[in-house]
Amino acid sequence: MSEDFNNNKIIHAQSSETIGGASGSPDMDYVRPAETGDQDLYHGHSFITKWIFCQDAKVIGVQYFLLATFTGIIGLILSWLMRLQLGFPGLAGFMTAEHYYQFVTMHGMIMVVYFLTALFLGGFGNYLIPLMCGARDMVFPYLNMISFWMFFIAVGVLLASFFVPGGPTGSGWTLYPPQSILEGTPGSGWGILLMCLSLILFVAGFTMGGLNYLITVLQARTRGMTLMRMPLTVWGIFTATVLAMLAFPALLVGSLMMSLDKVLGTSFFMPTILKAGEVLEYGGGSPILFQHLFWFFGHPEVYIVALPAFGIISDLISVHARKNIFGYRMMVWAIVGIGALSFFVWAHHMYVSGMNPWFGFFFATTTLIIAVPTAMKVYNWILTLWRGNIRLNTVMLWCLGFIVTFVNGGITGIFLGNVTVDVPLSDTYFVIAHFHMVMGIAPLMVIMGAVYHWFPLVAGKFLDEKLGKWHFWLTFLGAYSIYFPMHYLGFIGVPRRYFEMYDSPYVTSAVGMNEFISIAAFIVGAAQFILIFNIIKTLKTGKPAGHNPWKACSLEWLTPSVPPEHGNWGDRLPVVHRWAYDYSVPGAKEDFITQTTPPSEVANTEVEKT
Amino acid sequence: MSDPKIEGYQFKPGFSGMAHDTASDQTMFKGVHWGKAMMWIFLLSDTFIFSCFLISYMKGRGSTPVEWPNPSEVFGLHVFGVDVPLLLIAIMTFVLITSSGTMALAVKYGYEKNKKMCGWLILATAIGGLTFVGMQAFEWSKLIHEGVRPWENPFGAPQFGSFFFMITGFHGTHVSIGVIFLFIYAYKTFAGHYDEKKRGWFTSMKGDYVEIEILGLYWHFVDLVWVFIFAFFYLW
Repeated sequence: MSEDFNNNKIIHAQSSETIGGASGSPDMDYVRPAETGDQDLYHGHSFITKWIFCQDAKVIGVQYFLLATFTGIIGLILSWLMRLQLGFPGLAGFMTAEHYYQFVTMHGMIMVVYFLTALFLGGFGNYLIPLMCGARDMVFPYLNMISFWMFFIAVGVLLASFFVPGGPTGSGWTLYPPQSILEGTPGSGWGILLMCLSLILFVAGFTMGGLNYLITVLQARTRGMTLMRMPLTVWGIFTATVLAMLAFPALLVGSLMMSLDKVLGTSFFMPTILKAGEVLEYGGGSPILFQHLFWFFGHPEVYIVALPAFGIISDLISVHARKNIFGYRMMVWAIVGIGALSFFVWAHHMYVSGMNPWFGFFFATTTLIIAVPTAMKVYNWILTLWRGNIRLNTVMLWCLGFIVTFVNGGITGIFLGNVTVDVPLSDTYFVIAHFHMVMGIAPLMVIMGAVYHWFPLVAGKFLDEKLGKWHFWLTFLGAYSIYFPMHYLGFIGVPRRYFEMYDSPYVTSAVGMNEFISIAAFIVGAAQFILIFNIIKTLKTGKPAGHNPWKACSLEWLTPSVPPEHGNWGDRLPVVHRWAYDYSVPGAKEDFITQTTPPSEVANTEVEKT
Repeated sequence: MSDPKIEGYQFKPGFSGMAHDTASDQTMFKGVHWGKAMMWIFLLSDTFIFSCFLISYMKGRGSTPVEWPNPSEVFGLHVFGVDVPLLLIAIMTFVLITSSGTMALAVKYGYEKNKKMCGWLILATAIGGLTFVGMQAFEWSKLIHEGVRPWENPFGAPQFGSFFFMITGFHGTHVSIGVIFLFIYAYKTFAGHYDEKKRGWFTSMKGDYVEIEILGLYWHFVDLVWVFIFAFFYLW
C-alpha cells in the first residue's frame, strides 16, 4: 500500500528499477500468457440464430435495450395519463380513481424494474462487459440468451395484466398487503397475481444474466486486465449485479408468498381483518413482514440502478473532458462501499410503518453514512472536469445534467433519511420529487449520455448533435420544471397517490402548479421521441464514425471492425498494459494512450502506474 | 488441494495469496472452471432465498397469536403399536445425507475417468433423491389426511401449514430438479459425453467431468438446506 503514496506512483519509463527492464526493451512489455484456451462460440447461421435466439452478448444487449425502451415508453404514456388527471381533473373522461391507481402502480414498477434495471444491466451490461474486459463473449452465451427470453416473457405477463378481468393491480408499486389482495383495490384478482408471476419470472431471468456478468468479470478478462484496470462502467455494473443477486431473492420470496396468500388463502401477510362487520378468513399474518422483504429488495434496487449510472458517467466524463478520472481507486471503493451499505438501510422506507425508535435511529445513521461515499464520487466527477479539456458536446451536456440532478436529489435524500424530517414529509410530493430526481431523471440522463456516446460503436454512425442538444435542453429544463415545484407541493403537505384534491385547503396554491407541472411533463415526454427520430435519421443518413471516434482509451473502441463482430476481437485477443484513463499524459504524442499500447511505445512519458 | 500450475504465475500462501490472486489479471479464482464459479455464486443467491423463507417463518411463528403445534406429535409415526417421534424424518434425512456421500464418490471417480463407477454412483444419488421426494410426498399426504392445509391446521396455528408446505415444497422442487439433472448426467456419463468432450445442444460448451462436480455442489447445497429446514421445523 505504502508504495502508492511514494513518488514512484508515476513511472518514468527511463528508470530501469521500477519496471525491471531497460527502456524500450521487450521485457517491459511482458504480459504473462493466457491461462485458458480461447472460448468456443456458437456462431449463428440463420436469421433465427443470428438475430432472434442469438447467443451473441451484443445482440442480446440490443434486444434488452429495445424491449426495455418499449416498456419504458408504456411507462411514459402512463405518466402522461396520470399528469393529465392531476393537472386537469376530469378532462379525460375515462379516467376513474381505479384507473389512476393502476397507472401509478404500473408506471412505478415498469420504470424501476422493467425499464431501468433491464436497460442498465441487461442492455449496457451485455453489450459492454465482454468488450470492456476483452472477452469474446459472455461466459455462458446460451444461458444469456435464455435470460433475455425470460425477460421477454416477464414483460409479456406484466402487460397481459392490462387485458385481464379487473385490469392490472392498483396497489402502488410497493404492492403492500393486505390491501393489494383484498377486494376493493383495483386488480386485486388477476392483476396482482400476474404482477407477482411477472416479477418471479424477471428474477429468474435476471439471475441467469447476472451469473454471466459476474463470472465474465471475475474469470474471463483478457491478458493484462486486472480488476483495478477495468473501466468504472464495468465496476458499476458488476457491483450492481452482486446487489441484484442478493436482493432479488427477497422480492422473489415476497412475491411467492403473496401469490399463495391470494390463491391458496394462506395468511403470511394477512392479519385478522374486519370487513363491513364480517371477519375475513385471513388471520395471524404480518403485513410488516412483506414490507421488510420488499424493501430489503427495494433499497438495493435503488443502487442497482444508480451504480451502473455512476460507472458509466465516470467514463463519459473522463473521455469528453480528456482527463483521467480523479481518484480511480477511491471511485472503485466508493462503488463497493455504497453497494455494501445499501443492504443496511432498507427500513428508512418504513419510518411511518411503526418501528422501535432505536431502529429508526439505526437506519437513519446508516442512511446518512451512504452520503459519504456518494459525495466522494460527486467531488471526483467535478475534480475530473476541473481544468480538463472539456468538449461541450451532447454527451458532456448529459453528464453535467446528471451531476446537477443527482446532487439535487441527493440533498433531498438527506432530508428524508432523518426520521424526524421524514415523518411529516412522508407520503407527500416531496418524496415523489426526491426519488424522481435521484433515481428517475439522473439515471435517465446517464442512459441518454451513454446512448449518444456508444451509438457510434453499436451502429457505426454519429447521432445528430443538433437534435441531441434540443433533446437535452428540453429534457433538462423540463425535468426541473416538473420536479422542482413538487418539492414545494410536498412542503405545503399535498399528499401523493391522491386521485384528486377536491376541496382541500391546498387547492388554491397547488392547482396552478399542478397544471404547470403537467404541461411540462407532456413536453418532456414528447421530447424523448426526438431521440427515436434521431436514431432513425442517423441510421439512414448519419455521418460514419469509423474507428474510435471519441479517441477513447478503453477496449470496446479497439475492436478490429466497427461495429464489432461476433467474437469481438477477430483472430487475437487484445493484451492490456494500462488502465482505461490515460488521457492527456504529459509527453505523449496524442492526448490518449489506449489500454493496448505497450509501455515501450510510450517511453519518456509520465504514465500512471496501474 | 494443491494449487493448479499456471505458466508465469507465482502463487502465494494465505491471505496475501488471496489478495495477490484478486489483484492479478485474467481470473480471480485461479484454475477454477467458469461453471464451477457460477454455481458457487448461484448457490449464494439461493442461500438468500432460503434465508428469506426461514426468517419469514421465524417471524410468522413469532407473531401468530395461536399456539404452534408440537412437532414431535405432528410428525410422529405410529409403528407396530408404538408412537415414534420424527421417525420418517430421520429416515429421510439419512437417505439424503447418504446420497451426498455417493455424489462425492461420483465426483472422485469422474475425475479418475472411471466412467462406470461414476455413472452408477450418480444413479445411486438420483435414486436417493427420488426416495427422499417420495417420502416427502408420503409425509405431505399424511398431513393432508389429518386435515392440515396451507390455510388451516387442526393442531394449532394455520401458519404452520402455510410455512411447512411452502418451504418443504420449495426445497422438494430443488431436490426434484436435482434428480432430473442427475438422471441426465448419468446418461451422459454412460454415453461417454465427458470422455469425448461432446458439445451440448445449441451451446458451444465442451462436456467435461467437472460438470459432475458442479452438479455435486448443487446437490450438497440442497442437503445442507435440508439440515436447516430439519432443525427449524422438526426440532424447534
